[in-house]
Amino acid sequence: MLLIPLLAMIRKDLLLFLTDRRAVIMSFVAPIAIASFFGSIFSGTEAERARVTVALVDHDGSTISQAIVKAAVADANLNVTSPTADEARKAVREGDITVGVVIPKGFGDSAARAFFGGAQKPALTMWYDPSRGTELGLVRGIMTEHIMSAVSQEVFSGPTGTRVVDDALTNLGQSGLPTDQQRRLQDLLTSVRAFNQSAPAGLASGGGGAPVGGITVPYTVAQEAITSGENVAYNGYAHSFAGMGIQFLLFSSIDLGIGILLERQRGLWKRLRSAPLSRMTLLGGKALSGALIALMTLLVSFGFAMIVFKVSIAGSIVGFFMVAAACALMAATFGLLIASLGRTPGGSRGIASLSVLMMVMLGGAWVPTFLFPQWLQRATLVVPARWAVDGLDAMTWRGLGLSAAVAPTLALLGFAALFSTIAVLRFRWEE
Amino acid sequence: MLEVRHLKKSFGTLTAVNDVSFSLRAGELVGLLGPNGAGKTTTVSMISGLVAPDEGSVLVGGAPLAGDTDPKKRKIGLVPQDLALYDELSANANLRFFGALYGLSGTGLEQAIERTLTLVGLADRAKDHVKNYSGGMKRRLNLAAGLLHDPDILLLDEPTVGVDPQSRNAIFDNLEQLKAAGKALLYTTHYMEEAERLADRLVIIDGGRVVADDTIAGMRARVPSANGERVSLETVFLALTGRSLRD
Ligand SMILES: Nc1ncnc2c1ncn2[C@@H]1O[C@H](COP(=O)(O)OP(=O)(O)OP(=O)(O)O)[C@@H](O)[C@H]1O
Ligand SMILES: [Mg+2]
Repeated sequence: MLLIPLLAMIRKDLLLFLTDRRAVIMSFVAPIAIASFFGSIFSGTEAERARVTVALVDHDGSTISQAIVKAAVADANLNVTSPTADEARKAVREGDITVGVVIPKGFGDSAARAFFGGAQKPALTMWYDPSRGTELGLVRGIMTEHIMSAVSQEVFSGPTGTRVVDDALTNLGQSGLPTDQQRRLQDLLTSVRAFNQSAPAGLASGGGGAPVGGITVPYTVAQEAITSGENVAYNGYAHSFAGMGIQFLLFSSIDLGIGILLERQRGLWKRLRSAPLSRMTLLGGKALSGALIALMTLLVSFGFAMIVFKVSIAGSIVGFFMVAAACALMAATFGLLIASLGRTPGGSRGIASLSVLMMVMLGGAWVPTFLFPQWLQRATLVVPARWAVDGLDAMTWRGLGLSAAVAPTLALLGFAALFSTIAVLRFRWEE
Repeated sequence: MLEVRHLKKSFGTLTAVNDVSFSLRAGELVGLLGPNGAGKTTTVSMISGLVAPDEGSVLVGGAPLAGDTDPKKRKIGLVPQDLALYDELSANANLRFFGALYGLSGTGLEQAIERTLTLVGLADRAKDHVKNYSGGMKRRLNLAAGLLHDPDILLLDEPTVGVDPQSRNAIFDNLEQLKAAGKALLYTTHYMEEAERLADRLVIIDGGRVVADDTIAGMRARVPSANGERVSLETVFLALTGRSLRD
């Protein structure tokens, strides 16, 4: 008896949803389009990771400067061109190139002399695009590595080195150092000269590889992205589809809430209320149909991601459906909340959209929450979308087990209980 | 069949309905008349259980209506003042939904839809979307939706607003058929000629109170005629409720 009206309410709402082209586009097409876009930004592979564009202008042409250029060209983080100084300056101003580096005449020679202190340090000019300051920092770091490597190799092995050490030995008297320190430096330089004469190799390679001599960065980095398992690449689409899925699932809950307000405005709610049905049945029917539509929104966009972008549920499948269902219930009760607090359909839509956007932003649907400051990461635990995104991430690319789905599911059900309680208490039945 | 006793309802400081009582027998059509804001819709809402009265009671078949799920609500059919229909759905889909709210399903539901659509002359347009209906067709479908579960009491809140004479006459014919079939009808309207044609009795309310409850002949007798001609019902109405604007 109760089942007939309940099923009829659900069927009617599904029918209304499917006949509303705007709603269908908003629920299925929009999340897929936006999530595909975000996914393509965040899931670039090693090969296509954006390199910093650098213009290297070599006015020196020395062994050292040539070694620097060679090392920079070989660097995977840089995309190096070698235009003239004027061209480089112009390209930076126009935003085509991020940093322009000018190696002045005599740089190699002066840098080698300055290596043991004392001599005037040559200046390296860097022109940069002020809107991309962080990339300037990156280029400075990379250039330091290559310059140190090239200069030290030359000082400790090349023909320049022998000359530099000889000069340094000759000029030791004018260095202004105390005599005992002068004597120690003399010992060091004499040893370097002996070392250079016994290992007469030139600059074997640029900064990388296994240089014959010189100073190098004393470590390398072994990078491994921690995902659901070995050989499973991080799939940026998994996160973006979770985020956008939640966003549009919450948008569908706005439609649910506004739908109830419209039904009230158009007098339809009177028909529903004049039937011998309890208020719980009426709100329950709405919550169920809302949850079904929300679940469809989420599953359709995830299904698309699985087929097209190879997103997989690497964790627990049961856990995934638990989180998804809890999400859908949370969204549906959020819709009831909108209906109970809203007055007019038009006015409520604006406020509801804003709160959904805030919620998904704080929930990490746009930008992952680990980029948030610590206090904000803790604060966003009161945002249901945060639990939804975390739960879906855990069951997809993080590949965690069922136990990792329990907390997000319970949190989402808790929000659903809270929202529905407020909705039941505040619903205006007599309008 | 239906008895309304001392109904009272306030919204904030405004008393919309103040001690309204009347009754309605099977096979009778009572016109509920009153100026804008008199409390007609609020009264109808209390009878159909949409609004809980502050005081008083509604008796259906001698027993008071109790709560949202009272099965006696099935004896009441409501035709709301608004066109309470889903424009995006077909007439069939609308009626299927409204019937299911009363527990109708299967062939019982299909027969009820067929019967009411035939009654209001929309059987051949059953599959059309309501948004493509004319105003008169929508009004007739609005009536059909209230009749679907075959109620004994029909509450009609201005069921002919904005329709042409053809549709209006069709609705009148429907109501007369229903009356002949023994239904009790409460008919809310501002149109005196409608009340004159249909009603057995009139209840006139103003400012939330009943100012007259009588047959049409009885109403006329209340106002002395100047030259021996019949007084119009409108004259009676204005005499009872005054000429000042209400809204
Ligand atoms: N939900 C509500 N909240 C506040 N005031 C209300 C509400 N419903 C009705 N009223 C007020 O109660 C009074 C009676 O309204 P009601 O709709 O019953 O009048 P009516 O006789 O049906 O008028 P009309 O002929 O215009 O349909 C009006 O002053 C109206 O503004
Ligand atoms: Mg009214």
